[in-house]
This record gives sequence, structure tokens and C-alpha cells, in this order.
Amino acid sequence: MAYEITLMTTIAISILFALSLNFISGFCGQISLGHAAFLGTGAYTSALMTKASIPFLITLPVSALTAGILGFVIGLTSLRVRHDFLAITTMGAGFLFVGIIRQQDFFGGEIGISGIPATGLGRIGFMSLCLALAAAFALFSILIRGSWMGFVFSSIADNEDVTRILGINASAYKLIAFVIGTATAGVAGALYAHHFRFIGPDSFGFVESISVLAMVIVGGIGSVAGIVFSAALLSVMPLLFQFIDDYKLLLYSALLFAMMRFSPDGLAGLCVRTYRKLTGARA
Amino acid sequence: MNNILEVGDITVKFGGVTAVSGATFDINPGDLLGFIGPNGAGKTTLMRVITGIVKPDDGHVKLEGQDLSTYSINERINCGLALAQQIVQPLQEMSLLDNVALACGSAKTKSALKSMFYHDRSAERQRARELLDMVGLKEACNAMPSTLPLGYLKRMEVARALALEPKLLLLDEPLAGLNQNEAKGLADLIQSLNDNGQTILLIEHNLREVMRICPLLYVQDNGRPIAYGPAKEVMQISDVRNAYLGKAN
Repeated sequence: MAYEITLMTTIAISILFALSLNFISGFCGQISLGHAAFLGTGAYTSALMTKASIPFLITLPVSALTAGILGFVIGLTSLRVRHDFLAITTMGAGFLFVGIIRQQDFFGGEIGISGIPATGLGRIGFMSLCLALAAAFALFSILIRGSWMGFVFSSIADNEDVTRILGINASAYKLIAFVIGTATAGVAGALYAHHFRFIGPDSFGFVESISVLAMVIVGGIGSVAGIVFSAALLSVMPLLFQFIDDYKLLLYSALLFAMMRFSPDGLAGLCVRTYRKLTGARA
Repeated sequence: MNNILEVGDITVKFGGVTAVSGATFDINPGDLLGFIGPNGAGKTTLMRVITGIVKPDDGHVKLEGQDLSTYSINERINCGLALAQQIVQPLQEMSLLDNVALACGSAKTKSALKSMFYHDRSAERQRARELLDMVGLKEACNAMPSTLPLGYLKRMEVARALALEPKLLLLDEPLAGLNQNEAKGLADLIQSLNDNGQTILLIEHNLREVMRICPLLYVQDNGRPIAYGPAKEVMQISDVRNAYLGKAN
């Protein structure tokens, strides 16, 4: 039973993390290749605070705040650079984060932080919290997508210049997407730190940023249900099969490539097309 | 009479090239001003100065007496400008109806934070339907832009600009790329919008249609204004005839 609980907790954290990137990249069309930095910001914030005997539940909003503030700053760059340039800039921010963490003894340097205290919620309680937060953010994402904010997000993702010509302050919307997405990644990071009880710079590097991007793209960029499914699948596979863990990056890259080539709208798009074919509806 | 748009002595230089030099004209409420000139006359550059994409080296643009020089493009739109672009840019992932409905919802999208609390789109879609009907696209409401010909998308751009309820509608070569019938139909539409009180600045190459519908003309050649006034008088000026129609022997 303990193993299943660990599995479910891991899945829930992955879903929350993937949905947080989806908010920025899927909804608002701003590609980020450094999203793991915000997971790391939340994780380090929470870990350092609970080690200083501050209750875990208090560290959760603080982790969201620190990651959100950092997200706001990175979001400012998205106002100046777009598309490929934004991808490079966010990737740079990711490397910068790991670089700083590695060099500072305060953050545990190369060794990282171990012995992170338990949350006090118990294993089942913690799993329930993770699942509840993932479910709440999935619901929030669906609500936003249906709101006028979501309407503007999809317009920005489609064509930012046109959005501005319609009199909409696209910069404000992009900043909001960055802040909400990165603050949520911060929450996922706090959960991550207390799930594994150990964090180090390698946990939040480029590989992690690509892994979460793979979850979003394989699921179907912008599709909440698709991403919940793919995040669950891709996070659980390496745990179930050791050989997948060994070749994780290779597998994720192959999946990314396959999706880009054969189904750019991910599993969600694949399902919709298959359904239409089966029911004989319009292609 | 208070003018709506005042373009005063605008000069734009790109490196050593002067694209626009001393452009000056006013647009009064209810005007339909045709802005013509041969290729390379600086028409699009001046339009971009008005919308704020290009910063002028000198001169000013005022909307109802308010200087726009420090305003970004979306702020200018909120002041009462609306633009239908030369190269149509529909939002490809949305139906025509939603393309226009998004523009109808400016009250809901003005504050980015508050926009998350609005969900209902029915009023905006209803308004969008009326506008698409007005430009003759009633039956294409639910079509995706990628499935439609250019003539439809040009009309959609006009509907989307009208959705902003602008004080001044800027039309950048709306007839370009259309066949004769389509061009005539769209020109008729522009004229009927003007008859209903919409103030319009029309940049256009299609001289035949411009002469047919525009009572006022502003002509530019090589970046310099060469004539401004009632269309019939302007076309009598020899500089205009030389620049636009070629020199008579």
C-alpha cells in the first residue's frame, strides 16, 4: 500500500507541475524551457523554511509567492522577446537558477538539502493534499479557459499583434499567465521537496524542464484532460520500469519528436480525431 | 468644428531615407478621407505612425485634441482608433464569430485580472452576429478563417474593427487583392458605413473606387504631401495627375 501511496503522490505532483506549465505555454502560447527553475524555487523555499521549524502548510503559500515573484521577473522578458527567443531566454534563466544554487552553501551547494522534515500530515494525508491541489488547479485551469481571460490567452497564443490591435493590453495578460503558472510550479516544488525529503541542483535542471514540456506536448498543448493523462503516464512509467528510468530523456525526446511529427496537438488531438472518424462526423 | 484626427507635420526617416516628410491633414467627424499615392509614397508608414507602430522623428498625431505620441498601440485603440490591416490577420484558431466577439468584449478584457470572472459571451456573440450580418457575412459566422477566401476575411477585418466602436476607422488597402466585383461590393459597404456617420480614413490603391466613394482626398508622393482637399479639385492638380497617373505628353 505504501508503494501505491508514493506512486499516487508522485503522479499528483507531476500533474500539478505539468498543468502549471500548460497555463503559460498551452493557454497563453509562451514557450518556456526553464520551468524547472520555478519548481526548484518552491522546493528550496519550502525545504529551508521547514528546516527552520516553520510549519509546512505555512511554507506552501510562501513558496508560491517566491516562485511567482521570480516568474514575474522572467515574465517581464516575455514582453520584449517572443517565440524562439523567449525559449532561449527562459532556458538561460533555468541554467542561471541551477548555477546559483550550486555555488551557494546556503542552498546546500552540490550536495543539496537532505533530511527535510516530514509534513506532519501522514503519508495518506500528504497524498490527499497533493491530489486535492492537482484537482483544484485542473478545475481552475478549465474555469479560466472558459473565461474571458482564457479567450484573450488563446488570442495571444494565436497572434499577439492582432490582440493588441483589438485594444487589449497583451503584456498584462502575459504577465498574469507567467505569475499564475510559476506560482503554481512553486507549490508543486514545495510538495516535491517534502515528498522526496531530499533536493539538489540536479533535480531542477534542464532535463526536468524538458520532461515537463514533454508531458504538456504529449498530452496536447492546452488540453487539461490530455495533460493530466500524459503527466500521470510519463511520471509513473520510470517508477514502474527501471529501464525506462535509465533511458528517460531518450524516451521523452522520442515521444516529443513523434508527437511533433504525427500529432502536433498531442494525445488529446489524436483522441478527438479518432472519435470523429469512428462516429463518422466531420473530419 | 473640432476635428477627430489631426496629423501635424509628421516626418519619418529610416536611416538616410525620408519615408514621410511634413505630412499634414485633419479628419472631421463624418469624413471619408481617401489617402492615395503611388507605390513607395509612404502611405503605410504614415498609417503606422497613426497606430503607433512607427515613431515619427517629428510632428504629432492628435485624436480629438489628445496627443497620442506616448501611447502604445492598444492604448490608442482604446482612445477610439480601429484598424483593418492591409494583410488580413484573422485569429486562425477561432471562428469568424469569435474573432469579432473578442473585439466586442473590450469592456470585459480591459482589466486583465477582472477578465477571469467573466464567462458569458452571449451578448458579445449577438453583437458580433449583427456586425457580420452588416458586412454581408451572416452565413459564414461559424466558419474557420482558414476555410474562407480573401474577400470574406477582408470583410471580417472591417467587422472586427467596427466592433471596437471607433471614433475613427482606419482602413489600410481593404480592396487590395480583391477582384472587381468584390472590390466594388466592399467599397459600397465602406460608403454605407460612412453614410451612417462612421468617420473613415481609407488608404487605397484602387483609384477608381476611391474616386467613386471618397469626397475628400489626401495625396502623397515620395513621402511628401502634394494635395489635400475635395476629390474633384485634387484630381485637377497637375502634380497629382503626374504622380499618380503618369505624365501626359
